[in-house]
Amino acid sequence: MALQHAQDYLRNAMMPHIWCPGCGHGIILGAILRAISKAGLDQDKTVIVSGIGCSSRASGYMDFDTLHTTHGRALAFATGVKMAKPELNVIVIMGDGDCSAIGGNHFIHACRRNIDLTAVVFNNSIYGMTSGQYSPLTPRGKFATTAPYGTIEREFDLCDLAIAAGASYVGRGTTFHAQLLTDLIVKGIANKGFSLIEGISQCPTYYGRKNKMGGPIDMMKWQQEHSVNAVAATKMTPEQLDGKFKIGELHNSPAPEYIAEYDKIIAARRA
Amino acid sequence: MAVERSARLMQGNEACVEGAIAAGCRFYAGYPITPSTEIAELMAASLPCVGGRFIQMEDEIASMAAIIGASLTGTKSMTATSGPGFSLKQENIGYAALTEVPCVIVNVQRSGPSTGLPTSPAQGDVMQSRWGTHGDHPIIVLSPSSVSETYRLTFESFNLAEKYRNPVILLMDEVVGHMRERVDLHSLSMSVVDRVKPTNKREDYLPYDAAPDGVSPMANFGDGYRCHVTGLIHNKKGYPTSKAEEVDFLIRRLHNKIDHNLDDVLKYEEYMVDDADIIVLAFGSVARSAHNAVRRARQNGVKAGLFRPITIWPFPEAAVTALAQKAKHIIVPEMNLGQLRLEVERVAGSRCQVSGINSIIGELIAPDQILRRIMEV
Amino acid sequence: MKNAAMEFRLGGSGGQGLILAGIILADAAIMEGKNAVQTQSYGPEARGGASKAEVIISESAIDYPKVTMPNVLLCLSDEAYRKYGQVVDPNGLVITDTSMHLPLPNEKTMVPLYRLPVLSIAREKIGRGLTANMVALGCLNALTKSVSDASLEQAISERVPAGTAELNLKAYRAGLAAAQQLLIAK
Repeated sequence: MALQHAQDYLRNAMMPHIWCPGCGHGIILGAILRAISKAGLDQDKTVIVSGIGCSSRASGYMDFDTLHTTHGRALAFATGVKMAKPELNVIVIMGDGDCSAIGGNHFIHACRRNIDLTAVVFNNSIYGMTSGQYSPLTPRGKFATTAPYGTIEREFDLCDLAIAAGASYVGRGTTFHAQLLTDLIVKGIANKGFSLIEGISQCPTYYGRKNKMGGPIDMMKWQQEHSVNAVAATKMTPEQLDGKFKIGELHNSPAPEYIAEYDKIIAARRA
Repeated sequence: MAVERSARLMQGNEACVEGAIAAGCRFYAGYPITPSTEIAELMAASLPCVGGRFIQMEDEIASMAAIIGASLTGTKSMTATSGPGFSLKQENIGYAALTEVPCVIVNVQRSGPSTGLPTSPAQGDVMQSRWGTHGDHPIIVLSPSSVSETYRLTFESFNLAEKYRNPVILLMDEVVGHMRERVDLHSLSMSVVDRVKPTNKREDYLPYDAAPDGVSPMANFGDGYRCHVTGLIHNKKGYPTSKAEEVDFLIRRLHNKIDHNLDDVLKYEEYMVDDADIIVLAFGSVARSAHNAVRRARQNGVKAGLFRPITIWPFPEAAVTALAQKAKHIIVPEMNLGQLRLEVERVAGSRCQVSGINSIIGELIAPDQILRRIMEV
Repeated sequence: MKNAAMEFRLGGSGGQGLILAGIILADAAIMEGKNAVQTQSYGPEARGGASKAEVIISESAIDYPKVTMPNVLLCLSDEAYRKYGQVVDPNGLVITDTSMHLPLPNEKTMVPLYRLPVLSIAREKIGRGLTANMVALGCLNALTKSVSDASLEQAISERVPAGTAELNLKAYRAGLAAAQQLLIAK
């Protein structure tokens, strides 16, 4: 199948999108579309499921069967879609608050089951849709409208959480490292099991402004300067890694997939 | 000894599962909660045998979400719960109503509020089943009084859900759910209704295009129609809109598609009402106590009758109005502090007297209590 | 059966299997073409606590599914008797275990009382305390003849866990024999 151009997967009737100028989400959306194209997925057999928030509007812009669900519940809806029709490719788009706060329980259990879904989390460290509250992925000490004196909460490392909970493929990219992000999503789609790709994104409107990080270009430069390739990180000391985050493939450990296991029960029962 | 039997002893929750599978249910997502757990257990055992799939989700909210996702692929889907679990499902029930995704939610009512008396019966979710989620939305709620009726109404719930593209709630109670009784198998033969699917091409298909009281054909995910499903108010294409005329059209159509088909949706049973001065209006397990009381009142020469709404929502308003014009008094016994009575008062209060018998102690209202009231009024 | 409807209340502690006994009794009645309803009430304890199973058997339709005036009350624990033992039909009968200590229905009520070693038969004769429910069913059917032995034995075979039918039938028959002996002695 010939590779389709990413734009061919957009719903023009849904434009203009709601994202602010300088928002990183369009870059992650582009990475997903390029990954779908590279992976050769059938457009009519691919379902995009999203939750609620800025990032979750992406589903509406994508020309597939798309499901824009309730806040935090995208993975639970996606589990139903995939279990009822496992031949569909299911990609789940969530934001940082959507996935790790209100949807945190669904997230760890989707990882634990190792159900064949590819989750892409748009992590801009803030609730953008509700104009700038801190999320479980907002780094400690950073500012938000609900953390006017700096947040005292410790943040999750979403990738570590996914690995601990049993996800079989985990990777992290950024909007600065867009090509890496595409490659990670391709691998996530190829993995028969639960895959998490965390995409670090910039929110200049709220997170950047609240934390005096400059404009979108400055924020992307920050991503470049504070990220370390996962392979390189293995040779670095804790001091060298302080204040940095790892990008690249963080975990690749194939494991029995949930529906494949379930279907063994069906086969045995119907034999 | 394999004898072909014409009758079986069956539990209410078991009848619910058998009715669901016979109606074509092939996906179930649930979370353990008394007194509905047997439904999940039996689904876990039965579904793989018919090629369906069961999942015990991490919570009630996820269970409701999963059945909506499954239904979007064209798979008939159900969840079951009780009390606190029903409260948790509400947001996603509203989602299913707005997005018009057929699904069945069983609520085996138990005492509340909160954890309440977890193993005891109640009927405290009458209003929650109608108004539990935010916003104006249509809903169909059916309530069985016996084990065989549980089978038939579960089946019917799927049929109505498919026909009207709407969530249907089967409002059981602990007594009916856990009771075992004789079920005559020949009474269980019913025909399956499936959702209408589009026949036009992708370019011409509008997933939410219908007459002001109509239901549009529904494409399965994976069939090439590439639809958008969103909990935002949407236009005929399914895309978000805030245009006043589109918002108004959608929300009114959702209500009209049920309200303009009441002849099809409303079910009720009448017993000895024709010449009755006193009507007992009762549903679910309490209707059995009411039947007993009415029967004995008649033996005592008192003109009593029983009206049993099987469809609780929409409420059978016309039938109750007609009764209220002839009767002097309507007694509404229910295992709550008067939820359905509010509706009866609204409909009949200006035409005849309405009073309630209300119990919240976690026990089925006894026939004697109803009989006493009949003799008093 | 003398009455149009016959009501049974079986009380014990959770885990004694009296709900299963009630189910089997109702099942046997249905095999004979009768109507039957079985209900139960139970607390949060899976083991211990008081639990009761109720059965109504009738030739005609049964509307109210709960027992109001049991013709037969069977109690295997003091706690269950304390909780459920207050009401018995004056023409009915009461079956209790010989190990129980509570003041039981007496000459005043004139309700016949049958004290039977249900629990010890299960423990000692059958070797499995868990079969007390089947011993109790044997006692109950010997004293009431509510359904035929054949129907009840078939219902037992179909409802008990796979591989335990023989053991449970043995327990049922032991209960039956014990109650018959008591009848002869009386």
